[in-house]
Amino acid sequence: MNPGRCAACRYLRRKCPPDCIFSPHFPPNVPQRFVSVHRIYGASNVAKLLQQLPSHLRAEAAESLCLEAQYRIEDPVYGCVGLVSSLQQQIQDTEKQLAKTRAEIAFLKSQARLSHAALEGNLLDNAVNINFSDHQSFHG
Amino acid sequence: MRGQEPRSTSSCAACKLLKRRCTPNCIFAPYFRSDEPKKFAKVHKVFGASNVSKILIEVPEEQRQDTVNSLAYEAEARLRDPVYGCIGAIALLQRKMIQLQHDLALARACLARYAATPSSIGSTDDRVITEPFGDFPAACGGSIDTFSQNISYELNQEAHMYDFSQIPYV
Repeated sequence: MNPGRCAACRYLRRKCPPDCIFSPHFPPNVPQRFVSVHRIYGASNVAKLLQQLPSHLRAEAAESLCLEAQYRIEDPVYGCVGLVSSLQQQIQDTEKQLAKTRAEIAFLKSQARLSHAALEGNLLDNAVNINFSDHQSFHG
Repeated sequence: MRGQEPRSTSSCAACKLLKRRCTPNCIFAPYFRSDEPKKFAKVHKVFGASNVSKILIEVPEEQRQDTVNSLAYEAEARLRDPVYGCIGAIALLQRKMIQLQHDLALARACLARYAATPSSIGSTDDRVITEPFGDFPAACGGSIDTFSQNISYELNQEAHMYDFSQIPYV
């Protein structure tokens, strides 16, 4: 019995070769990771997927597979797609709130500009009237 | 010819791909119609027929259509992005959500300020409504946050792969 086998080879009850595709990503001290991906994807599919990737991307791929497998085990109907739907809905709702708030700001700005313009107009009228009446009283 | 039974052509997409006889109680037949061969092909490629069958058997019948649709969605995402699959899409959406929450908080703060002091309208603060913020604490928790930080560059390049205009049927 080889104590150095990775979690995958232990689970599959086989020898763990030096170039085992699973061993860098499924260490023996975390057996549940491989159990999850094996249950959802199968060892063969996981091996094919990892093999088709450059070696520097395999760790991320293994991690995302483990995460998706875990979501699917916890929610067999929707898996991680439930979270996608939920986020998309939240984004739509937040975009609506943002549009509404910006519209309210734009409204307040337009109201303020109208008020300023009206105020400036009144001040100008008053100034003209005062000058005219002064002119009249001066010239009789 | 008289007495000869017509050959059945009602094999589902799964049995056609697996080259086997489609029985009346085939677990796949209601969900993988023969006119949608690619759907089962993708699911089979990612999950395997045997695993799909086991997943379907363990869910109630009335939820199997939803299950198949979510498996198809995940398979599609994984085939498009073999490294991150659906998790990549989730990370992108979470980042988008965080940005939106930022923008909304800024807009609400501006609105509150304008409502309180109308004289502040027209000041240079208007630009904060549209300028994106810098760092912001992640609003969404869970281990996907690690992915969000690690894959931000790659996802920005790959964002076009995810069609977020369609909400999954869920």
